Amino acid sequence: MSTETLDSFRRNAEHHHATVHETAPEDVRSTVASLIDPPAVGVAAGYDLPAGIETNPTPTELSAANTGVTVASVAIADYGTLVLEDDAAGSEPASLFPERHVAILRTDDVVPSIADALGTLGPRLREGASAILATGPSATADMGELVLGAHGPEAVDVVLVGEDADAGETAGDGDEAGGEADR
Amino acid sequence: MSEAREGKAEKLHRLLETEGDAVAENTRGFNRGRYESTDDLPAYEALKDEARAIKEDAIERLPELIEELREAVESNGGTLYVADDAADANEYVRDVVTERGDRVVKSKSMTTEELELNEHLEGAGVDVTETDLGEWVLQIADEAPSHIVGPALHKSSESIAELFNAHFDPDPPLSTPKELTNFARDMLLQDIEAADVGITGANFVTADSGTIALVTSEGNARKTAVVPDTHVAVAGVEKVIPSVEDLAPFLELIGKSATGQDVTSYFSLFTPPIASPPVAFDRPDRPMGEDPARREFHLVLVDNGRTAMREDEDLRETLYCIRCGACANSCGNFQSVGGHAFGGETYTGGIATGWEAGVEGLDSAAEFNDLCTGCSRCVPACPVKIDIPWINTAVRDRVNHADGDGSFDFLVEGLTPDEEPGGLAPAKRLFGNFETLAKWGSRTAPLSNWIAGSRPARWAMDRFVGVAAERELPAFQRRTLVDWFESRGSCVAPEDATREAVLYPDVYTNHVAVERGKAAVRVLEALEVRVVVPRRTAVGSGRAPLSQGMVDTARRQAERCRDALEPELDAGRDVVVVEPSDLAAFRREYEKLLPAGDFERVSGSSYEVLEYVFGLLENGADEGRLSAGDDEPVDYHAHCQQRTLGLDEHTVAVLERLGYDVTTSDTECCGMAGSFGYKSEYYELSMDVGEPLQQQFGEDERRVLASGTSCVDQLEALLSRPATHPIELLAPDSSAR
Repeated sequence: MSTETLDSFRRNAEHHHATVHETAPEDVRSTVASLIDPPAVGVAAGYDLPAGIETNPTPTELSAANTGVTVASVAIADYGTLVLEDDAAGSEPASLFPERHVAILRTDDVVPSIADALGTLGPRLREGASAILATGPSATADMGELVLGAHGPEAVDVVLVGEDADAGETAGDGDEAGGEADR
Repeated sequence: MSEAREGKAEKLHRLLETEGDAVAENTRGFNRGRYESTDDLPAYEALKDEARAIKEDAIERLPELIEELREAVESNGGTLYVADDAADANEYVRDVVTERGDRVVKSKSMTTEELELNEHLEGAGVDVTETDLGEWVLQIADEAPSHIVGPALHKSSESIAELFNAHFDPDPPLSTPKELTNFARDMLLQDIEAADVGITGANFVTADSGTIALVTSEGNARKTAVVPDTHVAVAGVEKVIPSVEDLAPFLELIGKSATGQDVTSYFSLFTPPIASPPVAFDRPDRPMGEDPARREFHLVLVDNGRTAMREDEDLRETLYCIRCGACANSCGNFQSVGGHAFGGETYTGGIATGWEAGVEGLDSAAEFNDLCTGCSRCVPACPVKIDIPWINTAVRDRVNHADGDGSFDFLVEGLTPDEEPGGLAPAKRLFGNFETLAKWGSRTAPLSNWIAGSRPARWAMDRFVGVAAERELPAFQRRTLVDWFESRGSCVAPEDATREAVLYPDVYTNHVAVERGKAAVRVLEALEVRVVVPRRTAVGSGRAPLSQGMVDTARRQAERCRDALEPELDAGRDVVVVEPSDLAAFRREYEKLLPAGDFERVSGSSYEVLEYVFGLLENGADEGRLSAGDDEPVDYHAHCQQRTLGLDEHTVAVLERLGYDVTTSDTECCGMAGSFGYKSEYYELSMDVGEPLQQQFGEDERRVLASGTSCVDQLEALLSRPATHPIELLAPDSSAR
């Protein structure tokens, strides 16, 4: 993925009230661990998640969770949007019920535009898949002014998994500080 | 004022008092956001074209797309039902719901409002809870939505707090938006957890995959569709588009157009039945991933008049609507009184006339059709480029004909050479025949002006015709512009001229605002244009009857105007127009009124006067011959139709080039909009729409410029100081202005 596209994704995701944390593949576990506020639920096929995340929750556990961890399959740089696909393991409710949503995203999966993302999603949706294009946290203005966290999460953290650990960490430090201040 | 007009005026007055402020703040905020977010979008116009082309194609191929969609939905394991009308749809949904239980959660859907589905389900003993926070507020308050996107935007957070505290008696009482939101979220979660069925609408449905696209910022549609094991989606047939890839322009445009947000938080693309396990709160301690219940999905596509709209040349474009509300947000009148004034059974704002006429009938559309002034500011706001003013005009014409009761008003007899039906409202008839009135006024001036200004006459005009007694009436000039030009002639010899132009003597310029016509001639001549103002071209463009929905009369006048201009065009002359609404008729409405070739000829050779001046200066004309500004600060309000055509920029450019320091108005419309502000029942609303102009321009003593005649009248009323057409400022001998 080009640096320009990644920069654009970071900028737009932050603009839409998400916090981007860059990390190396080997540090995903510790980065996620630093972001969760237990109790937590999550679905993260292919990743080694830290302890304390319930991966096969009951409705009660889902309702009580403060954090939900999922994997975004695609992301759209133009808007800082995450594409979250549905699955039988419950990624969709895990990304929606808890107040904090932590999404793991590979830099390789960031595409420039909505049209690019739909180009990828078209064949999958025609095969029966479903997906959410989520930009930042849930929001409402129905009560008189903008409030984050209506029916969905109030905070969204993107764990951006790059190949180049060094470059990732430099940017990641600053972003994490922003994330802490947000909480 | 007559009783009916008085009733209307009172209703508007009440809404201005109760809901006006909240509506104004929210809609104007959305509108500002739309400008900001679309200014940042380089491909804005191209995206709108793309979106429109997809809708045009989809509506054209609708029957075949519905069959393709049926195949996709059924092969996924869902059911597609096409309902003929509201009763049919309601019955189907009720059967699905009552078979599964008696508790429904529902995410905001205007289509179900149209069907009155909630009432129907409640009648069958089903408990229905709206999960969109705004809709939930209205459910508690027992009110109808006032806006297609923000249904409760007419309510302030204080009034919502009052409502919740009275209804739920929470301890401690709620007050901030955050507290109200959290409270609503918790309460609604209980309903969602207990629901047997989730009902959603659909912003788009893709025929190739059977995907339901839902656009929400709260996430309530996701919970509504995903938590219960049965999902029913209800949508008008017009929501079907060919493919997933076709969603792209709409996803980019919808949030920007609706609330001015760059993007809406969630675009849910559900291809039901979805793989996600239902969140079965009746088995709260069994892991969701184990033994997931079978999901059930029903898509109900509602016709309810839409197939007939598809066949209806004037209403067809309504089906392209993506329900973003940009037409409401950009509408001066809507900004002041909101959707409850626009009324209708379900839909509100600009495009609502089309929807109400199509799905409910003319009576419902007629209730608020008058509130469209034809200012056309919704046209560039619409993401699918629907000609909303034309839909309003066409429906107004039908309303005029439907109202015919054979009566005829003696006051306006003789002034109404139209062939419209006898029941046409006297005010419409009077303003629609303004050309005849103006001719009579000039011929008998100053007597006509004296009579028109006398108290008995003003009382009678208010009482019988509906002309607001508060308004100063236009003063007719005895010596018209063509009279003046006939005795004066052209001051540029053919051999000295760079171009030849006919100055179109529109009704206002010819009979009322003669000075701006003279100024236009002088400016053009100073720039070496040989100008003519032939008497035969002094005919109305059809704009006046068109504004009153008198389409046949407007068409006849357009044909007459074309015939008058044709010899000038044959002689190679440009047509220069002073009154922006007449130019808008040439450039926009003539497409609907004249054969294509005639429309192209007239529109292609016509120019707004300052657009023409701009072109002359760009091509080397000597600006030194015009009256310079010497850094004089001026306030400029462009006419709304002029801005829709993108012509306001020329005026600003010319003024700045000549050294004027220009402040332009921020508002969409001055509120006068042709005859609108003259009508008794709308006078107060008209002045309220103008309030932002008063705030922006009222403080200082700078010279005020306005392009339209009615804008000039309105600005003078609002600011209590004179307003001038910019061309008068530029005229070389402007000391005489």
